[in-house]
Amino acid sequence: MTATRAEVCVTACAEAFRGDGEILAAGIGGAVTVLAARLARLTFEPGLLTHDGTCLLTGDVPALGEGPGDVEGWLPFREHLWLVLNGRRHVMLGASQIDRFGNTNISCIGDWARPKAQLLGVRGVPGNTRCGTTSYWIPRHSPRVFVETVDMVSGVGYDRGAHEIRVVVTDLAVLDFATPDRRMRLRSVHPGVTVGQVTAATGFDLAVPDEVPATRAPDAEELRVIREVLDPDGLRDREVPEGSRR
Amino acid sequence: MSPAFAKETSIEEVVGTIESGMTVGIGGWGSRRKPMALVRAICRSGLRDLTVVSYGGPDVGLLCAYGKVRRVVAPFATLDSIPLEPHFRRVRQQGTIAFTEYDEGMVMFGLYAAAHRLPFLPTRAGLGSDVMRVNPELRTVRSPYEDGEELVAMPALTMDVALLHLNRADRRGNARYLGPDPYLDDLFAKAAARTYVSCERLVETADLLKEGPVQSLLISRSHVTGVVETPNGAHFTSCEPDHGRDEAFQRAYATAAGDPAAWAAFRERFLAGDETAYQSAVRAWRRKESP
Repeated sequence: MTATRAEVCVTACAEAFRGDGEILAAGIGGAVTVLAARLARLTFEPGLLTHDGTCLLTGDVPALGEGPGDVEGWLPFREHLWLVLNGRRHVMLGASQIDRFGNTNISCIGDWARPKAQLLGVRGVPGNTRCGTTSYWIPRHSPRVFVETVDMVSGVGYDRGAHEIRVVVTDLAVLDFATPDRRMRLRSVHPGVTVGQVTAATGFDLAVPDEVPATRAPDAEELRVIREVLDPDGLRDREVPEGSRR
Repeated sequence: MSPAFAKETSIEEVVGTIESGMTVGIGGWGSRRKPMALVRAICRSGLRDLTVVSYGGPDVGLLCAYGKVRRVVAPFATLDSIPLEPHFRRVRQQGTIAFTEYDEGMVMFGLYAAAHRLPFLPTRAGLGSDVMRVNPELRTVRSPYEDGEELVAMPALTMDVALLHLNRADRRGNARYLGPDPYLDDLFAKAAARTYVSCERLVETADLLKEGPVQSLLISRSHVTGVVETPNGAHFTSCEPDHGRDEAFQRAYATAAGDPAAWAAFRERFLAGDETAYQSAVRAWRRKESP
């Protein structure tokens, strides 16, 4: 079985949670991050806690869009805000802009005083990034997202006191900050993607090792869980369309 | 019950107690359990220059659309199933309102500080981010203990009035939620000088506990000045389990907000009259949408 790009991305995001144990794996919206947390829990990281997208900690691991059969906990917004400060949580966020140290912006584009485009606002991202482990999922790797300087620092990067930014997963590659000065580094390229494609889609100088491995493809069991258990309707393909593969 | 503790009032009376320039806190979260009947009544009033504290949704959007707002204090404004609040977006891009942008956890600590009558509470949330840059009045404090850590001194979010929508309330002002999440509603009540509660249904005090556990008695009459029954008063936001979000109507709201002529028509059709007229216009709209 050959994995699609979407399935490689789900598995790469799931890998971010490896070793986390009994903490909340929070995927913020969309298909890929939620699938990633649930896939990790159903395969190599069974201790993870996962939620239903509102305020329930699920005792079992439902398919995307399904409610839980069992509920093992209650996490209303106030408890979620407490958990962010407590730190027993690894969140996988999105970002409209990200720079080489992992500073991210979801607030607005342009000058904050009168933005060209008002986006969400900082939400809980300042506290998330300062207090707990954060990873990012960027569904379309482009120079518009990977920028020299973000317009409004919502999530703090390593030069501003980030707790831990474990990985940045995109539709092209996996990136991390395993460099002496914590600059972003290319960790692996997804099967079928070249290093040149990634650097061309990145608006700053990326640290590129001499040898860049391929992102691991999901194994047979992971593919079965993704396709038959967690996402039989193929919602992952809408987020990472196979036809638009670059 | 002594008449002194009978706090049942009307939407118009609640709005009549609010003055231009006041700071108004609004409960709920995003497009969830917002006191929209009270918000709509503010839109119809002559109030202006309000400072609105909110985990923002269409409450913030509508008040901005009606020019009632001088400043928004919020970590976001969203319709949840539609990520961006269109009116809030427009007024920010036009530069016609002031914005105090805080992290979600900072807002919670600001409410906790006000509820406990503290000047501030220390937190790590916000450190290193541009929240510190765009709010130059924010200060930090250093821990007086061995760690010596520098922390954000989140100021108390005091407010003149808090507006909340709960599932049930009695005429004394005790109120309970029946849905899955209390949001931060009780903290808004404790942070405000006066709190007004709208509810899906007024019940007798003896019946308050009939639908669930005592832990869901979220709001105490000790904090409540007035209570008003507004069935479907959170519409089009969710108010589970009484009703979910009206997604079709929310889409119609967001679509209309994108075009001045369409928005004028939406206002005229739904928001020109009082709350009874609004609910009746929504029912008529629904009959037409789902024949």
